[in-house]
Formats: sequence, structure tokens, C-alpha cells
Amino acid sequence: MKRYTIFVITENFIGILNRITIIFTRRGINIDALTASESRVPGVHRITIEVTVNEETVIQLVNQIEKVIDVIKAFYHEDTGVVYQELALYKLPVSRLDGGLEKIIRDHHAKIIAAEPDFVVLELTGHKEKTRELLEILKGYGILEFARSGRVAVAKRMLTIDSFVN
Amino acid sequence: MDKNLRGADMVVRSLIAEQADLIFGYPGGAIMPVYDALYDYHDQIKHVLTRHEQGAIHAAQGYARVSGRVGVCLATSGPGATNLITGLADALIDSTPLVCITGQVAAHLLGSDAFQETDMVGISMPGTKWNIQVRRVEDIAPAIAKGFYIARSGRPGPVLIDITKNAQVDFGSFRYEPCLGFRSYKTHHPVDPASVYEAAALINKAERPYLLFGQGVILAQAETALKQFLDKSGIPAASTLLGSGALSQDHPNFVGKLGMHGNYAPNLLTNQCDVLIAVGMRFDDRVTGDLSRYAKQAKVIHLELDPSEINKNVKATVAIQGDCKESLTLLSEAISPKKHDTWMANFRSLEKQEKEAVVNLDLTPTKPGLTMGEVIHHINKYKADDAVLVTDVGQHQMIAWRYFNYKKPRTQITSGGLGTMGFALPAALGAQLHDYSRQVICVVGDGGIQMTIQELGTIMQTKAPVKIVLLNNNYLGMVRQWQQMFFDKRYSFTELDNPDFIKLSEAYGIKAQKVSERSDLKEAVEDMLIYDGPFFLEVVVEKEDNVFPMIATGSSVEEVRLR
Repeated sequence: MKRYTIFVITENFIGILNRITIIFTRRGINIDALTASESRVPGVHRITIEVTVNEETVIQLVNQIEKVIDVIKAFYHEDTGVVYQELALYKLPVSRLDGGLEKIIRDHHAKIIAAEPDFVVLELTGHKEKTRELLEILKGYGILEFARSGRVAVAKRMLTIDSFVN
Repeated sequence: MDKNLRGADMVVRSLIAEQADLIFGYPGGAIMPVYDALYDYHDQIKHVLTRHEQGAIHAAQGYARVSGRVGVCLATSGPGATNLITGLADALIDSTPLVCITGQVAAHLLGSDAFQETDMVGISMPGTKWNIQVRRVEDIAPAIAKGFYIARSGRPGPVLIDITKNAQVDFGSFRYEPCLGFRSYKTHHPVDPASVYEAAALINKAERPYLLFGQGVILAQAETALKQFLDKSGIPAASTLLGSGALSQDHPNFVGKLGMHGNYAPNLLTNQCDVLIAVGMRFDDRVTGDLSRYAKQAKVIHLELDPSEINKNVKATVAIQGDCKESLTLLSEAISPKKHDTWMANFRSLEKQEKEAVVNLDLTPTKPGLTMGEVIHHINKYKADDAVLVTDVGQHQMIAWRYFNYKKPRTQITSGGLGTMGFALPAALGAQLHDYSRQVICVVGDGGIQMTIQELGTIMQTKAPVKIVLLNNNYLGMVRQWQQMFFDKRYSFTELDNPDFIKLSEAYGIKAQKVSERSDLKEAVEDMLIYDGPFFLEVVVEKEDNVFPMIATGSSVEEVRLR
């Protein structure tokens, strides 16, 4: 079992996400994370799916996704084949802060993006290992809320979306 | 261009533009505007009212399978639409082109749990090749055009178009433009010549090559290309369930049928060939048995249109992706002419074993009870060469398939992948209505026929001259066989108390006859086949006969049993 990133380039069609996710559901495969957004080509969407399976399975998944009528292209990469980022937000109670937070923020290259009378919100972008590490530390500060995005990724391979769309 | 046309008329005009001359359906609230429009176009499009929406979709499947055209059915929203689901799933797994149009509540009511509202796009998603909801009148024609294109092109499949009532009653301008393709959907994959040469090299070196063909040959209209390839290569060839008819059984290279209840030699020798050529088939588990012991010794050449089927179940040494008419033609050019007499003799000698151990006992039995096999044996004697055999699911299906003498393409209509009981009667109706002059023989069991028996009403109303052969053993025979073999004869809920089928048929105005004695069988079959009109022949067969050969679940093809 390995972690793979599946890229799906699709038409902007109602229900397309459902058509893609039922491919995983039917095979009893859990999606670790999923991100969807419009690509730089208007009307063309890009879905990034993170999944932990063996290579044989990821090939089957990609083949089945490509079979979906409104999918333009689907392909997969190992972690080494993509550059990716995740965004994490941490909400902390002001009452628990002490002098240690500054060092933590500096060490992790996090930043404070909101400060309210009762709480502050930190932001950190990075791989899961890194955002999780900060989470562990901030548990000592009575963390109120934690949210992490799915992976946004670009492939290292020199292929552009135009080659699929046209 | 029509400047001011009602949406419902656009639906019908679009169907006419797609040359849909015969459609099946059932009216109801949310589809009523379309039915109202049909009233005006009855001289251009024929509609058949079935007795249940499941009957409508199976009839559309029968029509599509026999004609190669897109089958069309109509249903209303809610229960009307959900009754199509089994047919959609069946058509998807058996690659049958369908366009199903369902009515839907008005767009402003969507999501409000309105009367007869159901999320049809959501429910039908896993059972369709493509589906869409149309909420605006101007989207009707483009959706139908795209739907027909998707249904019939590439690997065919079912499409569902859900049209809200407001779109049906609104007016707009109409001009029908057929869909000719779009960027996310590629239907033609040019065959890679390198893969053809690689395959030809393997075939030329092979000592025991063996070819399996499936429905892909029929869908690609590659029957002649297949025959030419076999004539030149001398390679023995076996068919899958849905591939039957793609090659005449009289062809010298034809060695039989594959799968759980297929023939002895074709299954057994799969594990002795050195090169296995699979054409337009998908290595279904009913064909392969235990995959880990399937053709491991062989180099596999897979000719297949759908890229997701390649390496799905069986790894291909060489995959030739594309239309198999094109790839078979190229492959025929690239191979050297050969004969494989010694290898072929292996098939023939095992065939003889099967004949002695199974076939003779089935076709010309000496024990008292009638066998299903002898009924098919008599049908073979009197049927036309292009007679269509429609079967349901179970023992009778396997027996009829095993013994029916297929000579022409599109003469085999059955529910293969999904195994839908209740398929046969409406499918036979649909096949018959495509061509009244064709002999359509519907072989069905006493379990399956009762799942859609209401379609006798449609046969009565349309006077479709279907020949219905009920093989009645008062059991759900295939399940009973498994209970006997694998569940210690614990016959749990498989015995049926049946109605008087003859009275029932006669109530529907269908001529009927019951045969319980061997001495009456031959004449009854002959009378049925020459009868001008629908005919119901009930044959009371031995209660506890089993279908053999058999590859038990989890067994290897080489463990095929004769008893």
C-alpha cells in the first residue's frame, strides 16, 4: 500500500464528482482527501484525490475514472512525482497562551492570521507530517479547533492541461 | 427550425430525428406532456405500452440486441423511473445501447419531496453509461442528441435523460443537430500496428493457440473478420455466452462454449494452450473460474475496445486496443496461414467424452422424465437459421444456450452479466416487435416467467407472434441444483406451487399447449414453430435434473466436471 495522488481533469458537469466518488465506494476504498477547483482553462475542472492503495488498484481506479464520459483525462502519481501542499488552521484560546508561542511560530514558520479577544488562529502550510507535528505541540495550549485541507498538487511531469483539453 | 415548439414535442421530434421508430413505455403524471405529443406523431413513431416499466426497458433491450439499434423507453418520475433500474444495470453490464427518458417533477419542486419525486440522476448513476437532468426547454434536443451518441458509440451502454415537467410544457425554438462527438469522450482508438506485429509473432510461433470470442465481435460487426482470421490461422475458437452467434457453429474451427456450464473441451484446454487470443470479451468470472489458476501457462493477446477491460482480470502479454473489426483484419494480414490438426484433435476427443457422458443423455434420453435438452433438440430441428433465442436466467438458460444451434449473429438474447430473472418474456417481445416475420423463441423457466408474466398482456395487445417455451420443473432449478451440490440437499424456498399456465395464457388470448409426455413433444414443437401468432408451450420437465458440465465456484477451468 502506498499513497497516490490522482489528478482528474473534467468538464464542469453537475454530478461529475458523484460519478467519480462512487467508483471508490463500490470498491470499498476510502478517499484520504479530495480537492476540486476550476483549472486555469475556463469550464475545465481539476480534482485532486489522495488515496492509499496498491499500484494495481490505483491503475484500475484511474481506468474507471477515465471511462466516465465527462472526464477529459485522469492520471496518478506517487508522492515523489508531485509537488503538493496542504493548509492547516489552528484555533487557540487566548487564556492559555504563554511566552512559548512566539518560538513555536518561528520554528514552524507558522503565522497568526486572526487575533480576537478570546482566541487566535494560526496558519501553517506544509505536508501532513509537518502540520500534524504542530498540532501535537499546540495540544498543550488547549487547542479549540483544527482544520486541514486536502492536498493541492501539481505534477512534476512536464505536461500541460492544454494537451488534454484540445 | 421551429420557432415555437413545446418541449414535449421536441422530445418526440428528437426521437424521430434519431430514427427511433419503436419505443416502449408507460405513462404517468410527470411524463404526460410527452405522451400527449406522441398522440400527434403516431404515424412516425410507434409506442408500445407494456404492463410494467421493467417490461418496457427489457423490451427495449431485446429490440436493441436483435437490431443493433438504440432501444428507447419512456417512464414517469418516481416509481415509474425506479422500475427501470434493473434494466439499466443489465444493459450496462451487457453493453446494450439504450436511451431512457424519464419525467421529473417541475424544476421549482426539485428537492422538496414533491409527489413522485425521486433523485433519478443520483439513483441511476452507477447503472448508466451517462445520465443527465434537463431542467430547461432549450436543453432538451442537445441532451437527447448527446444521449443517443453516447449510447451507441464506443462500448455501447444505457443513458438516462430525466426531464422536468416545466421543460416539457415550456415553448422554445427547435432545431435538431445530431451529436458528432465532444472532447472528453474518445470513441475511436486507432489500432497500434506495433501491437499487431507483436501479437502476430506470438501467433506464428504458437503450437497450441486458442481463441475466445465475446459479444465485442458482434458489437463491432466483426463476424466476417473473425471468420477470415480463423480460416487463415486454423486456430480453434470458443464463444462466451454473449458471443454466441458471432461465428456459425458449423465453422470447422468452432469448438464450443466457455464458462461455468459451457463445454468440456473449451474450458479444460484453456489451461493447455500456449497462446490465448481473447477477442471482444472481458474475462468474466463465470468464464475464468479461479483467476489464479486461469491460463497461467499461456501468453495472452487481448483485442479489446474498452481500455479499462485490459489487464482488469487477466494480464495481457500483448494488448491490442481498438475496434476488433479493425484489429482482426490487421492481424489476419500479419499472420502466416497454418493448420493445427493435432491440437484441434484434442478438442474433438474431449468433445466426444462430453457427448457420451452428458450430451446424449440430455438430447436423446431414455429415462422417463423429459429433459430440457431434448426440447431444445427439437427446436433445433425446426427452427429457421436466423431464429432468435431469448432466454431468462437459470438452468433452462444454460441448457438452451448449450444446445441451441447458433448460425447467425444477433440470434442470442439473454441477460448475461447481471443474470436478471424476468428478462426473457419482455425482451422476446421487444425483439419480435422489431421484426414480426422473424422467428423469436423465448425459452423461460417457471420461476423467471412469473417475475414479468404481466407482459403476456402486451403480447396479447400487440399480437407479437412470440413462441414462448416454458420449461417447468416446479423449482427454482439452478438454486436447487446448488442446494443439492453445495448445501447438503437443503431445498430452502426453491419449490414452487405454480398456477395453471395454460389457463393463464388462454386468459390472455394466447394459444397454449402443455406437454408432459415424450411422445407428444416433437409434434408440439413443430406445431408451435409453424403457428401464425403468439404461442405458449409448457413442457413439464424432470423435477431434479442438473446442468453439466460445471465448473464449481472457486474451481479452476481444468476442474470442469462432467458429473
